[in-house]
Amino acid sequence: MIHQYKLNGYNIVLDVNSGSVHLVDDAAYDVIALYGKKTADEIANEITARYSDITRGEVFELLDDIISLKEQGKLFTEDKYLSIASELQSRPTVLKALCLHIAHDCNLACKYCFAGEGEYCGDRSLMSFEVGRAALDYLIDHSGTRKNLEVDFFGGEPLMNFGVVKQLVEYARSREKESGKNFRFTLTTNGILLDDEVMDFANREMHNVVLSIDGRRKTNDRMRVSRNGKGSYDVILPKFLEMAERRNQKDYYIRGTYTHYNTDFSEDILHLADLGFKQLAMEPVVASPDADYALKQEDLPVLFEQYERLAVEMLRRHRNGNGFNFFHYMIDLTGGPCIYKRVAGCGVGTEYMAVTPWGDFYPCHQFVGDPKYLMGNVYDGVTNTEVCSEFKKCNVYARKECNDCFARLFCSGGCAANAYHSTGSVTGIYELGCELHRKRIECAIMLNAAISLDNAEQEERAAQDNS
Amino acid sequence: MKRIQTIQTRDLAKSAEKGGCGECQTSCQSACKTSCGIANQQCEKSKK
Repeated sequence: MIHQYKLNGYNIVLDVNSGSVHLVDDAAYDVIALYGKKTADEIANEITARYSDITRGEVFELLDDIISLKEQGKLFTEDKYLSIASELQSRPTVLKALCLHIAHDCNLACKYCFAGEGEYCGDRSLMSFEVGRAALDYLIDHSGTRKNLEVDFFGGEPLMNFGVVKQLVEYARSREKESGKNFRFTLTTNGILLDDEVMDFANREMHNVVLSIDGRRKTNDRMRVSRNGKGSYDVILPKFLEMAERRNQKDYYIRGTYTHYNTDFSEDILHLADLGFKQLAMEPVVASPDADYALKQEDLPVLFEQYERLAVEMLRRHRNGNGFNFFHYMIDLTGGPCIYKRVAGCGVGTEYMAVTPWGDFYPCHQFVGDPKYLMGNVYDGVTNTEVCSEFKKCNVYARKECNDCFARLFCSGGCAANAYHSTGSVTGIYELGCELHRKRIECAIMLNAAISLDNAEQEERAAQDNS
Repeated sequence: MKRIQTIQTRDLAKSAEKGGCGECQTSCQSACKTSCGIANQQCEKSKK
């Protein structure tokens, strides 16, 4: 299976099953599209009629190149990974990450919060050290031979319970040596309580920090407001700028959400980049379709245009030496995940769970508060094994709609929580999310392939200069 | 090849031979939290 598209002056051919990416000229683009559908003679007739700069002989040469790539397993490769999916289903999984809901409370009242202003349909609550410790013990005990364990301090606003965050980090560190584990912590924060002490602590202990801000002042302050309706931009921005600098512009994300009210979201990303941030993420809002800020099907053309514009601008800035990273475009073509990871999916409910302040397990942060998905708790372990089995089957082959989607090995079938909230089934399809993801993948491949080509050309020129 | 430039990529079929160690990050531990960014994860073995 292949996927062909044109973007920013590049003709791109993705071989879905091998992950190969080819940049081709117009004639090759058309020959590849006709390959296997018409005879060599018919293709030669059609291409020479269409393009004046190619001879019949050159079309036959192109067809030979295509056959050669096919033989090398780089074009028109077959999907041979179904056996991996069944192997993964029967294999025992180990827990490798927990999302600790350290505070179901928040000092902001963001209008789009999927956690309902931090409370997740429940009461305001803070996690105790005892509950957190039991969660960490459970993670260590159920992580098998996996060395790196990931723990995310999430909320609500985790800094409303910073004392317990510090205690839990200290406890986890104290257990690393004897258990042979290495904890990698992430802190997500809205920035309101970010101060010197927190920054020092985070820079010492946090593998990653996620700093929430939506972009331009008007965008941010429409949604990210205090309980009395005041915007947060002016309070958080200076702190985030300092935090990013203190982390040497690495190992953090400035993370925003865009909604129906800022479908020109590339302006928000570029605003943040212009302020000096180098690590950026911007997510489409997760919302009930009847919410006024929810993204709508009719927003898609403008959103697609925005993703393209962003990719083109990022390439331009990269070439000028002032590039930045955008999470969804960070596809490492040479060092990305192996096929097992791509088939298995995100690990929700199997390798990853969320823990509420009172110690209940849910498959992930987006299921918290839904009684159907309560899996157990930190003291009794996973008792609802049915949920676990349901998620174990949640791999790239779980949805028939994915079979002919070129992006399936980039998203593994998509986010189960989004699918559940939009269709009622974790193996459903959240079509709007899929449409956006496909566009992001196209843009990401263009951006990375263009940079890779630039680098190759630069190396070639350097080699020529040296010879 | 005159008209086709193949970009260097990880061969997914070959990654089946030595893949599956499971040491990589779970997807939602990074930045997204609301979409599935599998391809955005790095392979722990090939981390530079």
